[in-house]
Amino acid sequence: MNINATLIGESIAFIVFVIFCMKFVWPPITAAIEERQKKIADGLAASDRAAKDLELAQENIAAKLKEAKAQAAEIIDGAKKRENQIIEEAAEKAQTERDKIIASGHAEIESERNRAREELRQQVAALAVSGAEKILERSIDDAAHSDILDKLVAEL
Amino acid sequence: MAADTGSYINHHLTNAKMCMADGGVAFNHACENAGFWTLHVDTLGWSIALGLIFLLTFRSVAKKATTGVPGKLQCAVEMIIDFVDSSVKETFHGKNALIAPLSLTIFVWVLLMNAMDWVPVDWIPTIAGQIGALMGMDPHDVYIKSVPTTDMNMTFALSLGVFFLIIYYSIKVKGLGGFVKELTLQPFGHWAFIPVNFILESVTLLARPVSLALRLFGNLYAGELIFILIATIGLFQLPVHFLWAAFHLLVIPLQAFIFMMLTIVYLSLAHEDH
Repeated sequence: MNINATLIGESIAFIVFVIFCMKFVWPPITAAIEERQKKIADGLAASDRAAKDLELAQENIAAKLKEAKAQAAEIIDGAKKRENQIIEEAAEKAQTERDKIIASGHAEIESERNRAREELRQQVAALAVSGAEKILERSIDDAAHSDILDKLVAEL
Repeated sequence: MAADTGSYINHHLTNAKMCMADGGVAFNHACENAGFWTLHVDTLGWSIALGLIFLLTFRSVAKKATTGVPGKLQCAVEMIIDFVDSSVKETFHGKNALIAPLSLTIFVWVLLMNAMDWVPVDWIPTIAGQIGALMGMDPHDVYIKSVPTTDMNMTFALSLGVFFLIIYYSIKVKGLGGFVKELTLQPFGHWAFIPVNFILESVTLLARPVSLALRLFGNLYAGELIFILIATIGLFQLPVHFLWAAFHLLVIPLQAFIFMMLTIVYLSLAHEDH
């Protein structure tokens, strides 16, 4: 056995080293490690959250897209309906216009014809009168024979 | 040759001594009769130097410790700390600010001191002898043992430190009465067995520091002795030395780890209340 005062010296060194390690080495390094672990954990959590957000956003986008498509289809549908309606209305209007034009044409024709007939009748009456004058070689008193003439005209 | 070999081995296994004699500081042979009040300056010097290397390296990392991306040195230090921390947490389940740094100090310090075993056995004594010769001493009278853990003073200083902590925490956690009860009412819980229990438990308690110190000392002393023996066999020492040094890749960290682990186990037993 070779135990001597070195034991005391080494014991003092040991105690001093342990105290130094306990005060100045262990706490800052473990604190740094724990801080980093927390940072990493936070980062992982944040990335998880971001992934979830992304998923949510994608779902949102899909829903919006669907809605937009539905809306577009609706608008197109409406437009088509309106188009048909406009066409129908236009056709209807054109039809009534045509009918009106045709009716007024008919009326014009009718009045023209009546006028022409009246004129013709007058002329025929005059012709008949002049013919009769020639036949009778005398003048017919218009006033006296107007009833005959009128009868004649009405017969034409 | 036999006498030469004997004195060679003896020379390598002798510590550098320092003591007070004749009113002044004396060294080595002059201290043979100094008894207890002798210092092994080589053990003290190497162990304190290695302890300072450990603490200053770790302290510089601790000062610059970043919570962001760590440097390589910080990574290495953090790996060691994490290793010690998980070893402590596996075994010790209380709250104690001392046990983890204590374990770290023991592990790294013992590891570094054991690692001096890898330095070829002749290098440091030869260099020290040459320096001694320059200072006017006989090189054969300059002793230096560079592995502090091959000195029982070193290993007992560590294990007695642990021993006092065991007693301190036993009394602190269980109270003096609880500690005395633990020593006297186990393993046989009857008053008639108190003396038997006391003898058994005292032996158990005292065996702890003794076994801690002697295990480390014995392993390292034997390893060192065989390194020295290998160094005496001539040219063939090179491959044999290599093999023995490679074997110490296991022995050196293992002994440091065992010392640390048993310290944790003993201290957690001291915290357990029955």
